[in-house]
Amino acid sequence: MLKILKSGLQTTVQDLGRYGFQKYGVIVSGAMDPYAHRLANLLVRNAENAATLEIALVGPAVQFDNDGFIALCGGDLSPKIDGKQVDLWRPIAVKKGSTLTFGAPKTGCRCYLAVSGGISVPEVMNSRSTYLRAEIGGFHGRALKMGDLVEVNPLPPEQLAAFYKAISKETDWQVLAPRYSAEPVIRMIRGRQYDLFDEQSKRRVFTEPFSVSANSDRMGYRLEGTLLSLKEPGELISEAVAFGSIQVPADGNPIVLLADRQTTGGYPKIGQVASVDLPLVSQLKPGNRLRFQEISLEEAQQLWMEQEQKIRQLKISIQLKWEEWK
Amino acid sequence: MDYSFSPLGDHAVVIEVGQEISEAVQAKVRTISQLLESRPPDWMVEAIPAFTTIAVFYNPLAAQYAAAVAELKELVQQTEEVTALKSRTVEIPVCYGGEFGPDLEFVAAHNGLTPEEVISIHTSGTYSVHMIGFAPGFPFIGGMSEKIAAPRRDSPRLRIPERTVGIAGKQTGVYPIETPGGWQLIGRTPLRLFRPEDEVPSLLRAGDKIVFKKITESEYHAWEGSRDAENP
Repeated sequence: MLKILKSGLQTTVQDLGRYGFQKYGVIVSGAMDPYAHRLANLLVRNAENAATLEIALVGPAVQFDNDGFIALCGGDLSPKIDGKQVDLWRPIAVKKGSTLTFGAPKTGCRCYLAVSGGISVPEVMNSRSTYLRAEIGGFHGRALKMGDLVEVNPLPPEQLAAFYKAISKETDWQVLAPRYSAEPVIRMIRGRQYDLFDEQSKRRVFTEPFSVSANSDRMGYRLEGTLLSLKEPGELISEAVAFGSIQVPADGNPIVLLADRQTTGGYPKIGQVASVDLPLVSQLKPGNRLRFQEISLEEAQQLWMEQEQKIRQLKISIQLKWEEWK
Repeated sequence: MDYSFSPLGDHAVVIEVGQEISEAVQAKVRTISQLLESRPPDWMVEAIPAFTTIAVFYNPLAAQYAAAVAELKELVQQTEEVTALKSRTVEIPVCYGGEFGPDLEFVAAHNGLTPEEVISIHTSGTYSVHMIGFAPGFPFIGGMSEKIAAPRRDSPRLRIPERTVGIAGKQTGVYPIETPGGWQLIGRTPLRLFRPEDEVPSLLRAGDKIVFKKITESEYHAWEGSRDAENP
Protein backbone atom coordinates (compact mmCIF):
# COMPACT_ATOMS: atom_id res chain seq x y z
CA MET A 1 0.00 0.00 0.00
CA LEU A 2 1.10 3.56 -0.70
CA LYS A 3 0.02 6.22 1.75
CA ILE A 4 -0.15 9.71 0.28
CA LEU A 5 1.12 12.09 2.96
CA LYS A 6 1.16 15.11 0.63
CA SER A 7 -0.54 15.39 -2.77
CA GLY A 8 1.93 17.30 -4.93
CA LEU A 9 0.79 19.29 -7.97
CA GLN A 10 -0.83 16.47 -9.96
CA THR A 11 -0.10 12.82 -9.22
CA THR A 12 -2.18 10.36 -11.26
CA VAL A 13 -2.26 6.60 -11.91
CA GLN A 14 -1.33 5.86 -15.54
CA ASP A 15 -0.57 2.89 -17.75
CA LEU A 16 0.06 2.83 -21.50
CA GLY A 17 -3.45 4.01 -22.29
CA ARG A 18 -7.03 3.06 -23.09
CA TYR A 19 -7.28 1.72 -26.63
CA GLY A 20 -10.29 0.60 -28.66
CA PHE A 21 -12.81 3.22 -27.50
CA GLN A 22 -11.70 6.25 -29.51
CA LYS A 23 -14.58 5.58 -31.92
CA TYR A 24 -16.89 6.50 -29.01
CA GLY A 25 -14.83 9.61 -28.33
CA VAL A 26 -13.08 8.05 -25.32
CA ILE A 27 -9.54 9.39 -25.22
CA VAL A 28 -6.45 7.20 -24.87
CA SER A 29 -4.89 8.91 -21.80
CA GLY A 30 -1.88 6.98 -20.45
CA ALA A 31 1.62 8.08 -19.51
CA MET A 32 2.74 11.36 -21.08
CA ASP A 33 6.28 9.92 -21.27
CA PRO A 34 5.64 6.28 -22.25
CA TYR A 35 9.39 5.55 -22.45
CA ALA A 36 10.02 6.50 -18.81
CA HIS A 37 6.85 4.65 -17.75
CA ARG A 38 7.95 1.45 -19.49
CA LEU A 39 11.51 1.59 -18.19
CA ALA A 40 10.35 2.21 -14.62
CA ASN A 41 8.22 -0.94 -14.83
CA LEU A 42 10.97 -3.02 -16.44
CA LEU A 43 13.45 -1.99 -13.71
CA VAL A 44 11.21 -3.53 -11.03
CA ARG A 45 10.29 -6.52 -13.24
CA ASN A 46 6.70 -5.43 -13.84
CA ALA A 47 4.90 -5.77 -17.16
CA GLU A 48 5.54 -2.64 -19.25
CA ASN A 49 1.85 -1.75 -19.05
CA ALA A 50 1.58 -2.05 -15.24
CA ALA A 51 0.12 1.05 -13.59
CA THR A 52 2.59 3.64 -12.28
CA LEU A 53 2.18 7.01 -10.62
CA GLU A 54 2.81 9.94 -12.93
CA ILE A 55 4.22 12.74 -10.78
CA ALA A 56 4.12 16.24 -12.27
CA LEU A 57 6.51 19.07 -11.39
CA VAL A 58 5.83 19.27 -7.63
CA GLY A 59 6.08 15.77 -6.20
CA PRO A 60 3.97 14.18 -3.47
CA ALA A 61 5.14 12.56 -0.23
CA VAL A 62 4.51 8.81 -0.39
CA GLN A 63 4.92 6.33 2.45
CA PHE A 64 5.48 2.64 1.64
CA ASP A 65 3.52 0.16 3.71
CA ASN A 66 5.46 -2.88 2.52
CA ASP A 67 9.02 -3.94 1.75
CA GLY A 68 9.67 -3.91 -1.98
CA PHE A 69 11.35 -2.32 -4.97
CA ILE A 70 10.57 0.93 -6.67
CA ALA A 71 12.00 2.67 -9.72
CA LEU A 72 11.79 6.35 -10.63
CA CYS A 73 12.17 7.28 -14.30
CA GLY A 74 11.53 10.44 -16.28
CA GLY A 75 12.13 14.00 -15.13
CA ASP A 76 14.52 14.44 -12.18
CA LEU A 77 12.38 16.00 -9.45
CA SER A 78 15.10 15.50 -6.81
CA PRO A 79 13.64 12.39 -5.14
CA LYS A 80 14.67 11.48 -1.59
CA ILE A 81 13.89 8.42 0.52
CA ASP A 82 13.81 9.17 4.26
CA GLY A 83 15.65 12.39 3.47
CA LYS A 84 18.44 10.73 1.52
CA GLN A 85 18.83 11.56 -2.16
CA VAL A 86 18.20 8.65 -4.56
CA ASP A 87 19.03 8.12 -8.21
CA LEU A 88 16.56 7.70 -11.04
CA TRP A 89 16.65 4.93 -13.69
CA ARG A 90 17.52 2.08 -11.32
CA PRO A 91 15.69 -0.27 -8.94
CA ILE A 92 15.69 0.88 -5.32
CA ALA A 93 14.86 -1.39 -2.39
CA VAL A 94 12.53 0.37 0.05
CA LYS A 95 11.59 -0.82 3.52
CA LYS A 96 8.16 -0.74 5.07
CA GLY A 97 7.59 2.68 6.59
CA SER A 98 10.02 4.54 4.30
CA THR A 99 8.89 7.86 2.85
CA LEU A 100 9.56 9.16 -0.65
CA THR A 101 9.64 12.93 -1.10
CA PHE A 102 10.61 15.25 -3.93
CA GLY A 103 12.42 18.58 -4.20
CA ALA A 104 13.16 21.05 -6.98
CA PRO A 105 12.87 19.83 -10.60
CA LYS A 106 16.33 19.51 -12.19
CA THR A 107 15.40 18.10 -15.60
CA GLY A 108 11.97 17.54 -17.11
CA CYS A 109 8.72 17.76 -15.21
CA ARG A 110 7.16 14.28 -15.05
CA CYS A 111 8.56 11.41 -13.00
CA TYR A 112 7.15 7.86 -13.03
CA LEU A 113 7.06 5.82 -9.85
CA ALA A 114 6.83 2.08 -10.52
CA VAL A 115 6.32 -0.20 -7.53
CA SER A 116 7.20 -3.90 -7.75
CA GLY A 117 3.95 -5.79 -8.26
CA GLY A 118 2.30 -2.77 -9.84
CA ILE A 119 -0.29 -0.33 -8.53
CA SER A 120 -3.65 -2.03 -8.09
CA VAL A 121 -6.69 -0.03 -9.19
CA PRO A 122 -9.72 -1.38 -11.08
CA GLU A 123 -9.57 -1.46 -14.86
CA VAL A 124 -12.08 0.77 -16.61
CA MET A 125 -12.49 -0.05 -20.29
CA ASN A 126 -9.34 -2.20 -20.31
CA SER A 127 -7.05 0.40 -18.72
CA ARG A 128 -5.95 1.71 -15.33
CA SER A 129 -5.18 5.18 -16.68
CA THR A 130 -6.82 8.19 -15.06
CA TYR A 131 -9.11 10.12 -17.41
CA LEU A 132 -9.43 13.30 -15.40
CA ARG A 133 -12.07 15.15 -17.43
CA ALA A 134 -14.44 12.16 -17.47
CA GLU A 135 -13.53 11.26 -13.87
CA ILE A 136 -12.96 7.58 -14.65
CA GLY A 137 -10.04 5.12 -14.33
CA GLY A 138 -7.01 5.43 -12.09
CA PHE A 139 -7.67 6.17 -8.43
CA HIS A 140 -11.40 7.10 -8.39
CA GLY A 141 -10.92 9.04 -11.62
CA ARG A 142 -8.92 11.79 -9.98
CA ALA A 143 -5.46 12.96 -8.98
CA LEU A 144 -4.20 11.71 -5.61
CA LYS A 145 -4.90 13.69 -2.45
CA MET A 146 -3.42 13.75 1.02
CA GLY A 147 -4.62 10.72 3.00
CA ASP A 148 -5.30 8.46 0.00
CA LEU A 149 -4.33 4.81 0.40
CA VAL A 150 -3.31 3.28 -2.93
CA GLU A 151 -3.21 -0.53 -3.14
CA VAL A 152 -0.16 -2.29 -4.56
CA ASN A 153 -0.19 -5.87 -5.86
CA PRO A 154 1.79 -8.21 -3.57
CA LEU A 155 5.47 -8.67 -4.33
CA PRO A 156 6.06 -11.93 -6.23
CA PRO A 157 7.91 -14.44 -3.94
CA GLU A 158 11.06 -14.61 -6.08
CA GLN A 159 11.38 -10.82 -5.82
CA LEU A 160 10.96 -10.94 -2.07
CA ALA A 161 14.05 -13.17 -1.83
CA ALA A 162 15.94 -10.78 -4.08
CA PHE A 163 14.79 -7.90 -1.91
CA TYR A 164 16.49 -9.23 1.21
CA LYS A 165 19.73 -9.72 -0.69
CA ALA A 166 19.52 -6.31 -2.36
CA ILE A 167 18.61 -4.37 0.75
CA SER A 168 22.03 -5.10 2.26
CA LYS A 169 23.88 -3.37 -0.57
CA GLU A 170 23.25 -0.49 -2.92
CA THR A 171 22.47 -1.30 -6.55
CA ASP A 172 25.49 -0.28 -8.60
CA TRP A 173 23.87 -0.04 -12.00
CA GLN A 174 21.31 2.05 -13.80
CA VAL A 175 20.00 2.56 -17.33
CA LEU A 176 20.72 5.70 -19.34
CA ALA A 177 18.19 8.54 -19.22
CA PRO A 178 16.93 10.04 -22.51
CA ARG A 179 18.42 13.40 -23.50
CA TYR A 180 15.77 15.56 -21.81
CA SER A 181 16.38 19.23 -22.50
CA ALA A 182 14.73 22.57 -21.79
CA GLU A 183 15.48 23.57 -25.41
CA PRO A 184 15.10 20.39 -27.46
CA VAL A 185 15.04 19.93 -31.21
CA ILE A 186 11.91 17.92 -31.93
CA ARG A 187 11.66 15.87 -35.10
CA MET A 188 8.41 16.45 -36.97
CA ILE A 189 6.67 14.78 -39.92
CA ARG A 190 4.59 17.01 -42.21
CA GLY A 191 0.95 17.03 -41.17
CA ARG A 192 -2.01 16.12 -43.34
CA GLN A 193 -2.81 19.80 -43.92
CA TYR A 194 0.82 21.06 -44.21
CA ASP A 195 0.26 22.22 -47.80
CA LEU A 196 -2.72 24.37 -46.79
CA PHE A 197 -0.34 26.70 -44.89
CA ASP A 198 1.26 29.71 -46.59
CA GLU A 199 4.90 29.52 -47.71
CA GLN A 200 6.17 31.63 -44.81
CA SER A 201 4.49 29.40 -42.21
CA LYS A 202 5.70 26.21 -43.91
CA ARG A 203 9.27 27.54 -43.67
CA ARG A 204 9.09 29.21 -40.27
CA VAL A 205 7.69 26.19 -38.47
CA PHE A 206 11.12 24.60 -39.04
CA THR A 207 13.30 27.67 -38.48
CA GLU A 208 11.76 29.64 -35.60
CA PRO A 209 11.78 28.65 -31.91
CA PHE A 210 8.50 28.16 -30.02
CA SER A 211 7.99 28.52 -26.29
CA VAL A 212 5.64 26.42 -24.16
CA SER A 213 2.75 28.53 -22.83
CA ALA A 214 1.42 28.37 -19.27
CA ASN A 215 -1.88 27.08 -20.73
CA SER A 216 -0.43 23.60 -21.18
CA ASP A 217 -1.51 20.33 -19.66
CA ARG A 218 -1.89 16.61 -20.34
CA MET A 219 -4.29 17.37 -23.18
CA GLY A 220 -1.85 19.51 -25.12
CA TYR A 221 0.91 22.09 -25.06
CA ARG A 222 0.11 25.48 -26.49
CA LEU A 223 3.12 26.99 -28.22
CA GLU A 224 3.94 30.65 -28.72
CA GLY A 225 6.41 32.28 -31.06
CA THR A 226 5.88 32.87 -34.71
CA LEU A 227 2.22 32.89 -35.85
CA LEU A 228 1.30 30.28 -38.46
CA SER A 229 -1.38 30.94 -41.05
CA LEU A 230 -3.20 29.22 -43.89
CA LYS A 231 -2.98 30.34 -47.55
CA GLU A 232 -6.73 30.87 -47.41
CA PRO A 233 -8.60 30.97 -44.11
CA GLY A 234 -11.25 28.31 -43.85
CA GLU A 235 -12.90 25.67 -41.73
CA LEU A 236 -11.91 22.04 -41.93
CA ILE A 237 -13.97 18.87 -41.68
CA SER A 238 -13.14 17.31 -38.30
CA GLU A 239 -11.01 14.17 -38.44
CA ALA A 240 -8.93 11.97 -36.16
CA VAL A 241 -5.88 13.36 -34.37
CA ALA A 242 -3.00 11.44 -32.79
CA PHE A 243 -0.48 11.67 -29.93
CA GLY A 244 1.83 14.45 -31.14
CA SER A 245 -0.45 16.02 -33.77
CA ILE A 246 0.39 19.72 -34.13
CA GLN A 247 -2.78 21.62 -34.93
CA VAL A 248 -3.09 25.33 -35.56
CA PRO A 249 -6.25 27.24 -34.55
CA ALA A 250 -7.14 30.50 -36.26
CA ASP A 251 -5.12 32.54 -33.73
CA GLY A 252 -1.97 31.05 -35.32
CA ASN A 253 -0.44 29.54 -32.17
CA PRO A 254 0.24 25.82 -32.63
CA ILE A 255 -0.97 23.21 -30.13
CA VAL A 256 0.84 19.89 -29.69
CA LEU A 257 -1.73 17.25 -28.71
CA LEU A 258 -0.56 14.87 -25.98
CA ALA A 259 -1.78 11.92 -23.86
CA ASP A 260 -5.20 13.36 -22.95
CA ARG A 261 -5.84 14.72 -26.47
CA GLN A 262 -9.34 14.69 -27.90
CA THR A 263 -9.95 11.90 -30.44
CA THR A 264 -10.80 14.22 -33.35
CA GLY A 265 -10.16 17.86 -34.22
CA GLY A 266 -11.18 20.42 -36.78
CA TYR A 267 -8.07 22.60 -36.80
CA PRO A 268 -5.51 22.02 -39.58
CA LYS A 269 -2.46 19.94 -38.64
CA ILE A 270 0.82 21.42 -39.82
CA GLY A 271 2.82 18.53 -38.44
CA GLN A 272 3.18 15.49 -36.28
CA VAL A 273 5.87 14.91 -33.66
CA ALA A 274 7.86 11.72 -34.39
CA SER A 275 6.78 9.19 -31.75
CA VAL A 276 10.34 8.70 -30.49
CA ASP A 277 10.52 12.39 -29.57
CA LEU A 278 7.21 12.55 -27.69
CA PRO A 279 8.93 11.98 -24.30
CA LEU A 280 11.12 15.06 -24.96
CA VAL A 281 7.99 17.17 -25.58
CA SER A 282 6.08 15.74 -22.60
CA GLN A 283 8.90 16.68 -20.23
CA LEU A 284 8.85 20.38 -21.21
CA LYS A 285 7.79 22.99 -18.66
CA PRO A 286 5.98 26.27 -19.41
CA GLY A 287 8.60 28.74 -20.63
CA ASN A 288 10.85 26.07 -22.19
CA ARG A 289 11.67 26.53 -25.86
CA LEU A 290 11.69 23.99 -28.67
CA ARG A 291 12.50 23.89 -32.35
CA PHE A 292 11.08 21.56 -34.97
CA GLN A 293 13.21 19.68 -37.50
CA GLU A 294 11.70 17.95 -40.51
CA ILE A 295 11.91 14.18 -40.73
CA SER A 296 10.37 11.74 -43.21
CA LEU A 297 7.76 9.17 -42.23
CA GLU A 298 10.18 6.37 -43.13
CA GLU A 299 12.91 7.81 -40.87
CA ALA A 300 10.42 8.27 -38.03
CA GLN A 301 9.29 4.64 -38.29
CA GLN A 302 12.91 3.48 -38.49
CA LEU A 303 13.78 5.44 -35.32
CA TRP A 304 10.74 3.97 -33.60
CA MET A 305 11.82 0.42 -34.43
CA GLU A 306 15.37 1.14 -33.26
CA GLN A 307 14.00 2.43 -29.96
CA GLU A 308 11.83 -0.67 -29.53
CA GLN A 309 14.91 -2.81 -30.19
CA LYS A 310 16.83 -0.82 -27.57
CA ILE A 311 14.05 -1.33 -25.01
CA ARG A 312 14.11 -5.07 -25.72
CA GLN A 313 17.87 -5.15 -25.11
CA LEU A 314 17.49 -3.15 -21.92
CA LYS A 315 14.86 -5.62 -20.74
CA ILE A 316 17.31 -8.49 -21.22
CA SER A 317 20.17 -6.60 -19.50
CA ILE A 318 17.91 -5.78 -16.55
CA GLN A 319 16.89 -9.44 -16.23
CA LEU A 320 20.57 -10.46 -16.17
CA LYS A 321 21.30 -7.94 -13.40
CA TRP A 322 18.38 -9.28 -11.38
CA GLU A 323 19.79 -12.80 -11.71
CA GLU A 324 22.76 -11.61 -9.63
CA TRP A 325 20.45 -11.15 -6.66
CA LYS A 326 19.06 -14.69 -6.83
CA MET B 1 -15.82 5.96 -55.34
CA ASP B 2 -12.15 6.92 -55.07
CA TYR B 3 -10.28 6.53 -51.83
CA SER B 4 -7.05 8.28 -50.91
CA PHE B 5 -4.59 7.19 -48.26
CA SER B 6 -2.20 9.38 -46.27
CA PRO B 7 -0.18 9.16 -43.05
CA LEU B 8 -1.34 10.65 -39.75
CA GLY B 9 2.07 10.66 -38.11
CA ASP B 10 4.06 7.43 -37.81
CA HIS B 11 1.31 5.33 -36.18
CA ALA B 12 -1.81 5.85 -38.33
CA VAL B 13 -3.18 5.82 -41.90
CA VAL B 14 -6.07 8.06 -42.89
CA ILE B 15 -8.46 6.71 -45.52
CA GLU B 16 -10.24 9.63 -47.16
CA VAL B 17 -13.55 8.59 -48.71
CA GLY B 18 -14.63 12.01 -50.03
CA GLN B 19 -13.97 15.73 -49.78
CA GLU B 20 -17.43 16.83 -48.65
CA ILE B 21 -19.94 15.79 -46.02
CA SER B 22 -22.74 13.86 -47.72
CA GLU B 23 -24.97 10.90 -47.00
CA ALA B 24 -23.14 8.83 -49.63
CA VAL B 25 -19.71 9.56 -48.13
CA GLN B 26 -21.08 8.95 -44.66
CA ALA B 27 -22.48 5.57 -45.67
CA LYS B 28 -19.07 4.54 -47.06
CA VAL B 29 -17.34 5.62 -43.85
CA ARG B 30 -19.73 3.54 -41.77
CA THR B 31 -19.37 0.54 -44.06
CA ILE B 32 -15.56 0.63 -43.93
CA SER B 33 -15.70 1.00 -40.13
CA GLN B 34 -17.94 -2.04 -39.94
CA LEU B 35 -15.52 -4.01 -42.12
CA LEU B 36 -12.58 -2.98 -39.94
CA GLU B 37 -14.50 -4.14 -36.88
CA SER B 38 -15.54 -7.49 -38.31
CA ARG B 39 -12.26 -8.24 -40.11
CA PRO B 40 -9.55 -6.20 -38.38
CA PRO B 41 -6.07 -6.52 -39.93
CA ASP B 42 -3.83 -8.17 -37.33
CA TRP B 43 -1.64 -5.05 -37.10
CA MET B 44 -4.56 -2.71 -36.38
CA VAL B 45 -4.78 -1.08 -32.93
CA GLU B 46 -8.09 0.71 -33.49
CA ALA B 47 -9.92 2.89 -36.01
CA ILE B 48 -11.54 6.31 -35.69
CA PRO B 49 -14.29 7.05 -38.23
CA ALA B 50 -15.07 10.71 -38.92
CA PHE B 51 -17.18 12.64 -41.48
CA THR B 52 -15.19 11.82 -44.60
CA THR B 53 -12.26 9.84 -43.21
CA ILE B 54 -11.34 6.78 -41.18
CA ALA B 55 -8.04 6.84 -39.29
CA VAL B 56 -6.57 3.39 -38.79
CA PHE B 57 -3.97 3.15 -36.01
CA TYR B 58 -1.18 0.57 -36.10
CA ASN B 59 2.12 -0.27 -34.48
CA PRO B 60 4.99 0.17 -36.98
CA LEU B 61 6.62 -2.94 -35.48
CA ALA B 62 3.72 -5.02 -36.83
CA ALA B 63 3.32 -3.24 -40.16
CA GLN B 64 4.88 -0.16 -41.65
CA TYR B 65 3.02 2.47 -43.63
CA ALA B 66 3.26 0.99 -47.13
CA ALA B 67 2.21 -2.49 -45.99
CA ALA B 68 -0.73 -1.12 -43.99
CA VAL B 69 -1.94 0.94 -46.98
CA ALA B 70 -1.65 -2.03 -49.34
CA GLU B 71 -3.84 -4.15 -47.08
CA LEU B 72 -6.38 -1.35 -46.55
CA LYS B 73 -6.67 -0.85 -50.33
CA GLU B 74 -7.79 -4.44 -50.63
CA LEU B 75 -10.13 -4.15 -47.68
CA VAL B 76 -12.05 -1.13 -49.05
CA GLN B 77 -12.81 -3.09 -52.22
CA GLN B 78 -14.99 -5.39 -50.13
CA THR B 79 -17.44 -2.70 -49.01
CA GLU B 80 -20.23 -3.97 -51.28
CA GLU B 81 -20.53 -7.06 -49.13
CA VAL B 82 -21.69 -5.08 -46.14
CA THR B 83 -25.26 -3.89 -45.61
CA ALA B 84 -26.00 -0.56 -43.92
CA LEU B 85 -26.99 -0.37 -40.24
CA LYS B 86 -30.50 0.65 -39.24
CA SER B 87 -30.82 4.06 -37.59
CA ARG B 88 -32.65 5.11 -34.41
CA THR B 89 -34.19 8.49 -33.51
CA VAL B 90 -33.20 10.14 -30.23
CA GLU B 91 -34.85 13.30 -28.82
CA ILE B 92 -32.51 15.70 -27.04
CA PRO B 93 -34.18 18.28 -24.76
CA VAL B 94 -32.32 21.62 -24.62
CA CYS B 95 -32.65 24.70 -22.43
CA TYR B 96 -31.44 27.50 -24.72
CA GLY B 97 -29.69 30.78 -23.94
CA GLY B 98 -28.94 32.45 -20.61
CA GLU B 99 -26.09 30.97 -18.59
CA PHE B 100 -26.52 27.66 -20.49
CA GLY B 101 -26.00 29.28 -23.91
CA PRO B 102 -23.81 32.39 -23.58
CA ASP B 103 -23.18 32.57 -27.35
CA LEU B 104 -26.85 32.39 -28.43
CA GLU B 105 -26.88 36.20 -28.88
CA PHE B 106 -23.66 36.02 -30.95
CA VAL B 107 -25.06 33.30 -33.23
CA ALA B 108 -28.27 35.36 -33.66
CA ALA B 109 -26.42 38.63 -34.38
CA HIS B 110 -23.99 36.90 -36.75
CA ASN B 111 -26.94 35.69 -38.85
CA GLY B 112 -29.17 38.78 -38.50
CA LEU B 113 -31.75 36.84 -36.46
CA THR B 114 -33.32 37.08 -33.00
CA PRO B 115 -32.32 34.46 -30.41
CA GLU B 116 -35.88 33.05 -30.62
CA GLU B 117 -35.47 32.56 -34.37
CA VAL B 118 -32.18 30.71 -33.81
CA ILE B 119 -33.92 28.37 -31.34
CA SER B 120 -36.83 27.83 -33.69
CA ILE B 121 -34.50 26.91 -36.57
CA HIS B 122 -32.33 24.69 -34.36
CA THR B 123 -35.34 22.71 -33.06
CA SER B 124 -37.02 22.31 -36.46
CA GLY B 125 -34.16 20.47 -38.16
CA THR B 126 -33.79 16.76 -38.83
CA TYR B 127 -30.28 15.78 -37.86
CA SER B 128 -28.12 12.72 -38.25
CA VAL B 129 -25.08 11.72 -36.20
CA HIS B 130 -22.10 11.60 -38.56
CA MET B 131 -19.52 10.64 -36.00
CA ILE B 132 -18.70 10.43 -32.31
CA GLY B 133 -15.44 12.11 -31.45
CA PHE B 134 -13.49 14.88 -29.72
CA ALA B 135 -14.86 13.88 -26.28
CA PRO B 136 -16.53 10.67 -25.00
CA GLY B 137 -19.99 10.38 -26.57
CA PHE B 138 -19.66 13.75 -28.37
CA PRO B 139 -21.88 13.66 -31.48
CA PHE B 140 -20.98 15.54 -34.65
CA ILE B 141 -24.35 16.15 -36.19
CA GLY B 142 -25.20 16.90 -39.79
CA GLY B 143 -28.30 18.57 -41.15
CA MET B 144 -28.18 21.97 -39.44
CA SER B 145 -29.63 24.92 -41.33
CA GLU B 146 -26.97 27.28 -42.69
CA LYS B 147 -29.18 30.15 -41.47
CA ILE B 148 -27.72 29.62 -37.97
CA ALA B 149 -24.13 28.73 -38.94
CA ALA B 150 -21.40 30.52 -36.96
CA PRO B 151 -17.58 30.38 -37.03
CA ARG B 152 -15.52 28.67 -34.33
CA ARG B 153 -13.96 30.95 -31.75
CA ASP B 154 -10.48 32.17 -32.76
CA SER B 155 -9.09 30.78 -29.52
CA PRO B 156 -10.81 27.83 -27.82
CA ARG B 157 -12.44 28.29 -24.39
CA LEU B 158 -10.47 26.54 -21.66
CA ARG B 159 -13.59 25.18 -19.98
CA ILE B 160 -17.06 24.33 -21.28
CA PRO B 161 -19.56 22.73 -18.84
CA GLU B 162 -20.75 19.19 -19.57
CA ARG B 163 -23.91 18.70 -21.71
CA THR B 164 -23.59 22.13 -23.38
CA VAL B 165 -25.02 22.41 -26.93
CA GLY B 166 -22.88 24.27 -29.45
CA ILE B 167 -22.51 25.38 -33.06
CA ALA B 168 -19.32 25.44 -35.16
CA GLY B 169 -19.56 26.37 -38.82
CA LYS B 170 -22.44 24.32 -40.25
CA GLN B 171 -22.22 21.76 -37.44
CA THR B 172 -24.01 21.43 -34.13
CA GLY B 173 -23.27 19.12 -31.20
CA VAL B 174 -23.34 18.55 -27.44
CA TYR B 175 -20.33 18.50 -25.08
CA PRO B 176 -20.88 15.36 -22.90
CA ILE B 177 -18.16 16.24 -20.35
CA GLU B 178 -16.40 19.40 -19.25
CA THR B 179 -13.70 20.16 -21.78
CA PRO B 180 -11.94 22.99 -23.59
CA GLY B 181 -13.40 23.75 -27.01
CA GLY B 182 -13.91 26.31 -29.74
CA TRP B 183 -17.65 26.04 -30.45
CA GLN B 184 -20.29 28.75 -29.96
CA LEU B 185 -22.49 27.73 -27.00
CA ILE B 186 -26.28 28.04 -27.38
CA GLY B 187 -27.85 25.85 -24.66
CA ARG B 188 -27.65 22.82 -22.39
CA THR B 189 -29.34 19.40 -22.18
CA PRO B 190 -30.10 17.43 -18.99
CA LEU B 191 -29.33 14.14 -20.84
CA ARG B 192 -26.16 12.17 -20.12
CA LEU B 193 -24.41 11.32 -23.37
CA PHE B 194 -21.35 9.56 -21.89
CA ARG B 195 -22.09 6.36 -19.92
CA PRO B 196 -18.78 4.75 -18.97
CA GLU B 197 -20.57 1.95 -17.10
CA ASP B 198 -22.25 0.70 -20.31
CA GLU B 199 -20.69 -1.73 -22.77
CA VAL B 200 -21.14 0.88 -25.51
CA PRO B 201 -20.24 3.95 -23.46
CA SER B 202 -22.03 6.46 -25.70
CA LEU B 203 -25.77 7.29 -25.82
CA LEU B 204 -25.48 8.23 -29.50
CA ARG B 205 -23.90 6.32 -32.35
CA ALA B 206 -22.93 7.25 -35.89
CA GLY B 207 -26.01 6.90 -38.06
CA ASP B 208 -28.57 7.88 -35.38
CA LYS B 209 -31.23 10.50 -36.18
CA ILE B 210 -31.65 13.33 -33.68
CA VAL B 211 -34.29 15.92 -32.87
CA PHE B 212 -33.74 18.85 -30.48
CA LYS B 213 -36.63 19.94 -28.26
CA LYS B 214 -36.80 23.28 -26.43
CA ILE B 215 -37.44 23.03 -22.69
CA THR B 216 -37.71 25.69 -19.98
CA GLU B 217 -35.20 26.17 -17.19
CA SER B 218 -37.55 24.60 -14.63
CA GLU B 219 -38.17 21.63 -16.93
CA TYR B 220 -34.39 21.36 -17.29
CA HIS B 221 -33.86 21.21 -13.53
CA ALA B 222 -36.71 18.73 -13.03
CA TRP B 223 -35.32 16.53 -15.78
CA GLU B 224 -31.71 16.73 -14.63
CA GLY B 225 -32.53 15.19 -11.27
CA SER B 226 -34.80 12.47 -12.71
CA ARG B 227 -34.19 8.96 -14.00
CA ASP B 228 -35.09 10.25 -17.47
CA ALA B 229 -31.63 11.77 -17.68
CA GLU B 230 -30.28 8.21 -17.43
CA ASN B 231 -32.86 6.51 -19.67
CA PRO B 232 -34.50 8.76 -22.23
